Amino acid sequence: MTRRTRAWAAGVLALTLGLSTACGGEANNDDNNTDPAKAEFNAALTKVFNASDKTGGTMKIANAGDWDSLDPGETYYGYAWNFARLYGRSLLTWKTEPGEAGNELVPDLAEGLGEPSEGGKTWTYKIRKGVLYEDGTEVKAADVKHAVLRSTDKATFPNGPAYFEGYLNLPAGYKGPYKSKGVNTDSAIETPDDYTIVFHLKAPFGGFDYFAHMPQTMPVPAAKDTGAKYRQHVISTGPYMFEKNEQGKSFTLVRNPKWSKDTDPLRKALPDRYEVSLKVNAEDLDNRLLSGDLHLDVVGGGVQAASLSKVLPKPDVKAQADNPGSARLWYTSITPQVAPLDNIECRKAIMYAADRVGYQTAFGGEFAGGDIATTLLPPVIPGHEKFDLYPVGGDNKGDVAKAKEALTKCGQPNGFATGIAYRAERPKEKALAESLQQSLSRVGIKLTPKPFPQGDYFSQYAGNPPYVRTNKIGLAVNGWQADWNDGFGFLSQIVDSRVIRETGGSSNVSVRIPEVDQLLDKAIAETDAAKREPIWTEIDKRVMEEAVILPGVYAKSLLVRGKGLTNVFVNQAYGQYDYLSLGLQ
Amino acid sequence: MITYILRRVLAAVLLLFIVSVVTFSIFFIVPRLAGATPETLATRYVGRAATAETVKIRAESLGLYDPVVVQYGNWAKGIFAGAEYDYGSGVEQCPPPCFGYSFVTNQPVWPELKDRIPVTVSLAIGASLIWLVGGVATGVLSALRRGSVFDRATMGIALAGVSLPIFFTGLASLAIFSYWLGWTAPGGSYTDFTANPAKWAYALILPWITLAFLYAAGYARLTRAGMLDTMGEDYVRTARAKGLAERTVIVKHGLRGALTPIITIFGLDVGLLLGGAVLTEKTFSLPGVGKYAIDAIVNNDLPKVMGVTMLAAFFIVFANLVVDLLYAVVDPRVRLS
Repeated sequence: MTRRTRAWAAGVLALTLGLSTACGGEANNDDNNTDPAKAEFNAALTKVFNASDKTGGTMKIANAGDWDSLDPGETYYGYAWNFARLYGRSLLTWKTEPGEAGNELVPDLAEGLGEPSEGGKTWTYKIRKGVLYEDGTEVKAADVKHAVLRSTDKATFPNGPAYFEGYLNLPAGYKGPYKSKGVNTDSAIETPDDYTIVFHLKAPFGGFDYFAHMPQTMPVPAAKDTGAKYRQHVISTGPYMFEKNEQGKSFTLVRNPKWSKDTDPLRKALPDRYEVSLKVNAEDLDNRLLSGDLHLDVVGGGVQAASLSKVLPKPDVKAQADNPGSARLWYTSITPQVAPLDNIECRKAIMYAADRVGYQTAFGGEFAGGDIATTLLPPVIPGHEKFDLYPVGGDNKGDVAKAKEALTKCGQPNGFATGIAYRAERPKEKALAESLQQSLSRVGIKLTPKPFPQGDYFSQYAGNPPYVRTNKIGLAVNGWQADWNDGFGFLSQIVDSRVIRETGGSSNVSVRIPEVDQLLDKAIAETDAAKREPIWTEIDKRVMEEAVILPGVYAKSLLVRGKGLTNVFVNQAYGQYDYLSLGLQ
Repeated sequence: MITYILRRVLAAVLLLFIVSVVTFSIFFIVPRLAGATPETLATRYVGRAATAETVKIRAESLGLYDPVVVQYGNWAKGIFAGAEYDYGSGVEQCPPPCFGYSFVTNQPVWPELKDRIPVTVSLAIGASLIWLVGGVATGVLSALRRGSVFDRATMGIALAGVSLPIFFTGLASLAIFSYWLGWTAPGGSYTDFTANPAKWAYALILPWITLAFLYAAGYARLTRAGMLDTMGEDYVRTARAKGLAERTVIVKHGLRGALTPIITIFGLDVGLLLGGAVLTEKTFSLPGVGKYAIDAIVNNDLPKVMGVTMLAAFFIVFANLVVDLLYAVVDPRVRLS
């Protein structure tokens, strides 16, 4: 096509404005993939795609939203934890390898994994010598202690994880190093020398290494700690440091001249520079990724629904995509506190009558939604065991006969009415509520969809027990992603009855099983991972027996590999590309 | 004239006060009336696995236990006298106008908002110039060639321009001109004018044209109707009878008469846009006031919502004031009434 003809075509298109989507898609047809590795669907799922050690280049990254916080003490998104490793080093981190190896914790700032003593009540880590901040000063154990302690100040860092203040043996009334200045905290963390840090817990906790991998253990020098303003300029210990940070708009990372590969066997540090744009229009972001203008959608949640048609039907574009699963389950809580769901048989009727294919379709289908779930634990979490206590036949569309049988046993042979809550801003949850409304109506269960604003969903509505009881909300659309791929990280906030508050705010809406609470305590105290995993499975089965959670889909996302990226592979720990390893051609 | 100006300025200030009270009430009183407690409100601004203790600490640090009147008083005081804020590591002064601190990021609102004003002003000024010139010129030509192919075609396009939403025309134009032809910058490419004027214009040309397309359509139709009216007036016929050149008749007599309502609407439209071209900024990923407003609302970030509402209200009230004053200049009867 000549330049003149193209101009003509553009003019016509601009006038009619009708062929935009087709044009967006056409852009990819002109591209010839020149990657030396074979581009195919899921090429980076379990192996490295386009391996290379070439350094240099600027990686262009975009985020459709804002970063929750660049401060390692407060950030709480999976992608942000994945990315934070470029500018910070936590005690431990996930292995930078494809496949199941990615689920293995390895030392980063620490020299080795934690050494438990006192039956898992005390954990000791040795810190590498010679790790430097961007200003050239050496990282000391006291900096890690300060970093962890500051993160417990929830008036300053309200959004971060709350594990450390919950488990460390901190002095009574301790409010963090700013407000409780001078308070002796050796009962919680000791630093006997510059390269040793010892954590003392209130009670044994076998999975403390998982805590040690969180960005909250990335060192922060007390002298340069600016509290809530630290997010504006984090002092780097990783291979990159902040050159510019325009909050809510963009930030840039450049090489940290003080970083040394000698102290860091994990990081490749290939690109010279990272340019990150924030709050980019999600649809436009997909178009830019597909056209090659961007290398990476950093959130790693997959392309938008509107972009699926630009990827899946086109073999050459689909060959640039991967479809990983994550440690997220979309599910529906069934609340025994709302009659007649206080009768287990009525809950079982819902389990049998639900159309599982409809559930999957509501969440985007096989590729963008995920696989049909029959358990709580997603397959990527150790302890996952495939079972189905409520089999509904091969078509997965529900077993009406068994559902009616359960209803009869429940004393509601003609069905009953109840409400189903969902987040009004989420079209997928609305579609699910309508799908369940349809499939459950086959056995006489009448659902009334009740949309609520997502900001107050758990605090005031679906997660507020008095509201749920008064307004008879028997079902609540729900979802949970583990903080890390482990039974504790996944289950503790959604099946432990002790996290439920009468004032609302908990994600556990329906599970109040004392036996499950005891099993959780037992697993938490177990330091041997091989012995912990069967307990997670037992909890999963016990919750499913009570029919208080209707599993929906084990989430998957459709990721697109940016053009020109090297060393691309999905790190199973994050369910997205490993950001430490990426390079540019 | 001075009395008239003073009267209008006082009315504008009163209006801003009312807007602030109403907005504050919507976000701080209405939830309370619906049964929300300080703790349930604070739950929005803590992490997903926060303990009850964390929620209480957060409610306290946000001042949610104070009576609403005290909360409003503190907020309003900050605008005129500034405020102090505890960053944890120390207390810092937030100089006036201090619109408070984000409930989500703990960062002061005003510097962020101020940072976004040049983006929105750049967008609004550039687009408004294009639509004013393009819309008025098209409207005049259409009126002069009434019934011609040009008239029908431009009015058809104008109708499409008014009907098509910006998020459609914006994404379509990005797909065509940025990703297919590569003529214009992709979304999210904004550069400050002071940093690089050429890049600034390159990044904004497509948003300008797309936004102008939406508005120019209305202006073209309005100008056309106005011109058709004025060109039929007796004084235009008299002007022609006096032997004036046709260009003089059209520009000095016809267009001048048709422009009065256009100027009025132009002032209001620019005022509205300065308060945030929400959809355009969202579509083109421009970090302006409109995008800031969307994020504030989506995150229930009340200080940000208050800040952006007051800024938008200020621009609209200011534009109204300018239009009112211009009216008084153009038409002395307004001053007398």
